[in-house]
Amino acid sequence: MNPFLDALLLQAGYNAALVAIGAALLGFAAGSSGTFLFLRKRALVSDAVAHATLPGVGIAFIVMVSLGGDGRSLIGLLLGSAITAWIGLLLIEWIARHTRLAEDAAIGAVLGVFFGAGIVLLTIIQSMSAGRQAGLEGFLLGSTAGMLFQDAVIIAIGGSLAVLATWLLRRPMTLVAFDSEYAAAMGYDVRRIDLLMMGLVMAVTVIGLKLVGLILIVAMLIIPAVTARFWTERSNRVIWIAGAVGGVSGYLGAVLSASAPALPTGPLIVLVAAGIFVFSLLFAPVRGVLAAVIRHRRFQARVHRRQGLLALAAQHPIREAYTLRLLRREGLVRADGVPTETGRAQAAKIARDERRWDIAREVHQDVGLTGRYDGLTPIEDVFTADEIADFDHRLGGPIAVGDL
Amino acid sequence: MEPSLTHIKQPTIAAQDGQVTHPASPEADVPLAVSGVTVSYGEKPAVFSVDAVFPAKAMSAIIGPNGAGKSTLLKAALGVIPRLSGEVFVFGQPIEEARERIAYVPQRASVDWDFPTTVIDVVQMGLYRKVGLLGRLSGHMKARALDCLDRVGMADFAQRQIGQLSGGQQQRVFLARALAQDADLYLLDEPFAGVDAATERAIIDVLKLLKAEGKAVVAVHHDLSTVRDYFDHVFLINVRRMAEGPVETAFTTENLQATYGGRLAATHLDELSMTGGV
Repeated sequence: MNPFLDALLLQAGYNAALVAIGAALLGFAAGSSGTFLFLRKRALVSDAVAHATLPGVGIAFIVMVSLGGDGRSLIGLLLGSAITAWIGLLLIEWIARHTRLAEDAAIGAVLGVFFGAGIVLLTIIQSMSAGRQAGLEGFLLGSTAGMLFQDAVIIAIGGSLAVLATWLLRRPMTLVAFDSEYAAAMGYDVRRIDLLMMGLVMAVTVIGLKLVGLILIVAMLIIPAVTARFWTERSNRVIWIAGAVGGVSGYLGAVLSASAPALPTGPLIVLVAAGIFVFSLLFAPVRGVLAAVIRHRRFQARVHRRQGLLALAAQHPIREAYTLRLLRREGLVRADGVPTETGRAQAAKIARDERRWDIAREVHQDVGLTGRYDGLTPIEDVFTADEIADFDHRLGGPIAVGDL
Repeated sequence: MEPSLTHIKQPTIAAQDGQVTHPASPEADVPLAVSGVTVSYGEKPAVFSVDAVFPAKAMSAIIGPNGAGKSTLLKAALGVIPRLSGEVFVFGQPIEEARERIAYVPQRASVDWDFPTTVIDVVQMGLYRKVGLLGRLSGHMKARALDCLDRVGMADFAQRQIGQLSGGQQQRVFLARALAQDADLYLLDEPFAGVDAATERAIIDVLKLLKAEGKAVVAVHHDLSTVRDYFDHVFLINVRRMAEGPVETAFTTENLQATYGGRLAATHLDELSMTGGV
């Protein structure tokens, strides 16, 4: 009835269901294995690697045709793409390591050259054997038309292996991403671990080529990990949250494109992922923009409150409108600016705490404690009641004077 | 204190011609010996043909001006950056075979402190070699990590995200990670750089305890005023090896002058190294 609901419940036909499941699996694999790519800050290397698959597709097609095949065996095409992608990756490594060029220059060079070579090969193929090359352009932006059960199986098996490998290698990859010098000092082969990580990413890229295409696969590797980072402070959890974000994006993207057949699947998947990313960016509890704004406003209020109360205690006029509004809202001053009963009491307390801190700094040698003075942390949070009583005693009041 | 495994040489301009002055002997009781180590970025050597022997059961400082190759020597010895030449022995074995006996505390600034990990996770990284790829961290190991954190006074921070720590706290966590390795040789790169006084105290207490347990400590150090208090042995470097030996005999005005050139005021030097006799 409703095409979107039908697709969501996998009732929109065999092909649509196959695509939805395949996209979800691919999304999960890409999200989790992209985690360390993001944490190692090498997202763009994967973009170059993805573009470097294209000449491999062309060469594999030509080789298979010249051997008498029809050139459309998916396994053969993927194998070819993996080989040139690996060469591209090694080239980037080599350029960054052995020349004075930085990695970004190497990425740009390899990406452009390999992609260009791939386009030239596709053009040659088009002219040499009309008709049979149909579908090769699908590797650029992905295509779901005519997805076979076998294609879904490739994604399922390859994707599971990639997730498993990510989980097994999480310790060395975490170590290298966080502190590669320490990893090297402990005897880990940092270069080999980096290559392994990129190898994983390459494998996911290759199995995702047909569905999402080489231009957008980098988004599926990176966006889920970046999104997951908003929700957790632990790298192990980033792996699974990124996988979930990727899986949901893949599924919803495929469902959307099935319910609106004129829209392409790969780009929709990426847009869904981007939607989840934007939501996380805004609303994540600690790292989100909204949370940061709220924290900042609260802090600002505390600063103004203290400033205002100190001014009240010293009987200075308060000039900042925000401070006055704040104190008025809390019932500390009246509308005409005169402090209320509570206002006077609070002001007296804050002024006395300032003097307690002065004493604390004199008598306490422990910088760890007195160093916590920021004017905002309540003194009761830092010192015990007995210590504060001691400060009060040293502070001296009318009683202490009487003792003299 | 008798950490004098090497004889004191007057500020030797070591190996002017690239010749090794005293080849490191792979002796099992020498925690760290490097021989003929050269590191070069391009054609200009950052460390040139350096020999050094760091004694057992002692705290040694690697000292020299900025850009003298202190950290570079340490990293090259560990293989963190490639050596152009030279050999490194740890307790008599080539370093590659003695990795599990070394703990390294890199410079704080070398990592991204916004990385998604907690304090206790970082300390547990020190156990990764022991746990292996597939093993689970046993309860015993987790307790051990927490204990190491406690030794640097950071047990209360175990579950904090590392980005919330102050510089001094970050440095303590790095030290706790090294302690978790339970090594015999501790190599530290500027452990006191940019930390608060309380942290400096805490770190030096832990290091002195390690020494008392018979471990060897080698630290790149930049604060000449604390050398006498903290260290037993010094190694002075300015691209080349300038001098080495026990603090009492090698941390002298002449040696410092040779190492730092005109960069230290003479009066300052007199304050720093009022050597006993000699």
